[in-house]
Amino acid sequence: MRHTNQENQLTSEQDYIRQDGFDGSNQQKNPEGFVSNLKYLIVGVLFGIVFVKAEIVSWFRIQEMFRFQSFHMYGVIGSAVLVGLLSVQIIKRLNLRTIDHEEVHIPEKTFNKGQIYGGLLFGIGWAITGACPGPLFAQIGSGFLAVAVTLLSAIAGTWTYGLLRSKLPH
Amino acid sequence: MELIQKPWPWYIAGPLIGLTVPILLLLGNKSFGISSSLRHICAAVIPANISFFKYDWKKEAWNLFFVAGITLGGFIATFALTNPDHIVIAPATQAALENLGVTDFKGLMPEDLFSVQNIFSVKGFIFLVLGGFLVGFGTRYAGGCTSGHSIMGMANLQWPSLVATIAFMAGGFACTHLLFPLIFQWIK
Repeated sequence: MRHTNQENQLTSEQDYIRQDGFDGSNQQKNPEGFVSNLKYLIVGVLFGIVFVKAEIVSWFRIQEMFRFQSFHMYGVIGSAVLVGLLSVQIIKRLNLRTIDHEEVHIPEKTFNKGQIYGGLLFGIGWAITGACPGPLFAQIGSGFLAVAVTLLSAIAGTWTYGLLRSKLPH
Repeated sequence: MELIQKPWPWYIAGPLIGLTVPILLLLGNKSFGISSSLRHICAAVIPANISFFKYDWKKEAWNLFFVAGITLGGFIATFALTNPDHIVIAPATQAALENLGVTDFKGLMPEDLFSVQNIFSVKGFIFLVLGGFLVGFGTRYAGGCTSGHSIMGMANLQWPSLVATIAFMAGGFACTHLLFPLIFQWIK
């Protein structure tokens, strides 16, 4: 009996992550502690350095993109997708495993109307702030302290979505 | 050192960002995605009995380590690998923004809009509070942002992510070309 309960709990746990399209989800079976998680901090540091050095965190670069006046951002996103695509294909075809010898698992995305409505709203916010969520963190690290207000407001926006979720069209 | 200090071209930065996808997968079966960190912060700090925030956020803690790293990386890039020159902006973009009333073109962000002094003004309300709210609300409603959909999703050939990416771009174009003239008129 106890076993069944535990299983139900696991299913509903997965459901909450599934509702969100598994965005950024952890698919590793082995639990990780503080020290193990430091790997992702180091990847984040390298990633943040690229963000700032390639000026992806710049409000001006985002404006150039939305005005079709520079190739820079299109080149960054396009080549990132291409390299990501090739890597995922290599991982799948060669059946590469994680450093913990687990099978690599990438959940599928399912369509819902939120991707359109939410996508449009995020696009407006992207143009106004000149930042997607990643660059928000890098901008704060770069010393643009006013962006801390943007980040707090983005957290409030996420919270409001959670509150209104059942009433919104999906 | 000079090469590192100068702004990096797209063909260096793009592939490095793309490599984040396999690195995270092979390090620990993690799907690349950043906006999810905002959800985990809500779940950890202010879940308020909302079902969307009742899950084991500690299992997703890697995401919080990742964004802490991005913040630190931003600090290192800015204060240790400083670009000695002013930013170079496409002349047409600079002209269009000057026309709207932007005057500071030295750094990554215009001081006119993103200085600490602006926090409690109409400018701060629009560019920090309202803009940030839309980023947080919109990305969660869409189930991901530029990283989760445009890079991770498209790299895995997920068509819903292509739909989301088209919506991101459409929202940005509409805002830049239709809303910006109104917003800048208002804050003048």
